[in-house]
Amino acid sequence: MLGKILGSLIAVYVLGSAIWLAAGGIVREKAPTELMNVACDPSRELWRDVNEKFIADYEAQTGIKLTIKMSHGGSASQARSVIDGLEADIVTLGLWSDTSAVSKRGLIDDDWVERLPHRSLPYYSTIVFVVRKGNPKNIRAWADIVQPGVEVITPNPKTSGNGKLSFLAAWGAELRRTKSEPAALAFVKEMYKHVKVMDSGARGATTTFAQRGIGHVHLTWENEAFLEVQEAGGALEIVYPSLSIRAEPPVAVVDVNARRKGTKPAADAYMKFLYTDKAQDIVAKHHYRPSDPKAFARNRQYFPGLPNENLFPITEIAPDWDTANERFFAEGGVFDQIMSRPK
Amino acid sequence: MADAIEKETQTPAPFRRSREDHWLVRGGLTLATLAIIGLLIVVPVVNVFSQAFSKGLATYWHSLTGDADTRHAILLTVTVAPVAVALNLVFGVAAAWCIARFQFRGRTLLITLIDLPFSVSPVVAGLVFVLLFGAQGYFGPWLREHGYQVIFATPALVLATAFVTFPFVARELIPVLEAIGPDEELAARSLGASGWQMFWKITLPNIKWGVLYGVILCNARAMGEFGAIYVVSGRITGQTDTVPLRVEKLFQDYNTPASFALASLLTLLALVTLFVKVGIERHARPRPAKKE
Repeated sequence: MLGKILGSLIAVYVLGSAIWLAAGGIVREKAPTELMNVACDPSRELWRDVNEKFIADYEAQTGIKLTIKMSHGGSASQARSVIDGLEADIVTLGLWSDTSAVSKRGLIDDDWVERLPHRSLPYYSTIVFVVRKGNPKNIRAWADIVQPGVEVITPNPKTSGNGKLSFLAAWGAELRRTKSEPAALAFVKEMYKHVKVMDSGARGATTTFAQRGIGHVHLTWENEAFLEVQEAGGALEIVYPSLSIRAEPPVAVVDVNARRKGTKPAADAYMKFLYTDKAQDIVAKHHYRPSDPKAFARNRQYFPGLPNENLFPITEIAPDWDTANERFFAEGGVFDQIMSRPK
Repeated sequence: MADAIEKETQTPAPFRRSREDHWLVRGGLTLATLAIIGLLIVVPVVNVFSQAFSKGLATYWHSLTGDADTRHAILLTVTVAPVAVALNLVFGVAAAWCIARFQFRGRTLLITLIDLPFSVSPVVAGLVFVLLFGAQGYFGPWLREHGYQVIFATPALVLATAFVTFPFVARELIPVLEAIGPDEELAARSLGASGWQMFWKITLPNIKWGVLYGVILCNARAMGEFGAIYVVSGRITGQTDTVPLRVEKLFQDYNTPASFALASLLTLLALVTLFVKVGIERHARPRPAKKE
């Protein structure tokens, strides 16, 4: 008797769960008040802050209370998910070419770059070094990371924006020093011989370096570096090289999804909000460099090293981000060649 | 102790008795085993709990219940796992019966296919579902037009979990069914029982412990599944994050206490499963009766 009751309870529970889960797949005509922001890995804290402010602001202006869902992961894999049908209203990926890959699949209108100020870049950033306290390996410049015995941590360029930027920063720095591409290639090749662990996303690499204690230098986003050092409570410190790349993580509304879901007005407002003084200050507080020069000047204290003129643009390496991605990271590209011929 | 040795002497011959070996060999092997188990299993498990409770019981409880996204992850795991297990229960019993009772062409192939999820990496399993049901996949666009989404929604979680845990029930039942043999079932049929009557009255009672054992193993694996879920879920916080994904996310958010609190919950579920499993094992695999 007891067994029967228990059996039927379990059956009802499983059946109920099954119905609930299956219903989770039905595309409902939701009230257009739910946005999904598919973002790259190291921007979690930034969006948590921005979302809170934007939701309050938007409610005050329109009376509509939004909810914003977040998804974080390696930039390229996030782009892939959106292409595969993840219902993003907004993509805030780490790398230009990832956003443009989504656009090329027809999900973002072609004119996306020009729709928002500063070429759809509410902020930009760069790649810096994080080292252990006291900088025991005395790492000051790019040349120091390929010294014998130095172990480098940076994520996989195939899946991560941080990974790609580390590669391009190293390449560009050496290119500017030597004015020679073969020298840049040799330098980057040497650098990857020093990479001990290649995580799939920026945050994974941070965990490897800071929490698992592997490696001597961590090449990462400026904002991620500050967070990492702050969390480590004195065990790590930031080193600014004298030169690094101008990293450009664009934002874009995924027009096709937003139009279908009816969230386009809210998504557009969300993106415009990023350029307000309030949002630009939040961005700076998280150590992303605000695009508005006035906001940057106002928040100068968050960026103690690498003045903007020492950030070289992608155009110094390749005509644009897409070409760079194609040349360096596509199947059989420069990165694959480096990795396939270990010497 | 004496009792244990007493039992040991009653084990049938093929095993050499441990006392025949030199004490150094015995001691060394025992120590090595204990060290490995201690280092690889006991220390990490204890560490999970000590980290989880490091900030006190109140923080622990708050980490588990205070965050809506974490609550949702728990809800998702305790629904996805049973549904995946239920699916595998039905398919597993059917497949095992089919394989154990009939000789047919492609039988070996079928057994191999059932084992496939064991050898395929979960990440690959996840990618397969993305290829099938993704927006660029074979069925994805059609389903989408008809208002249904599999990938990046809850159905994908069930599918992926069911896929990676598929072999457990079937694998457990095939030997049990083969050991029991078809005699009782044939007798039932010859006495006029219908197929269903035979299944419910003869087959199922005979294999019920095996079924339960398979279900428990399957469930343990289903709750902990990470790789396949990571790929098919889209990692949407508060929507498709299961407990293992949530643990990783909290850990990477520098929220170590909450991450370990949730991890300890998962470990606790695993430990409970383990104890239930030990209880059932005795029934599932009856050993030759021992003299009292």
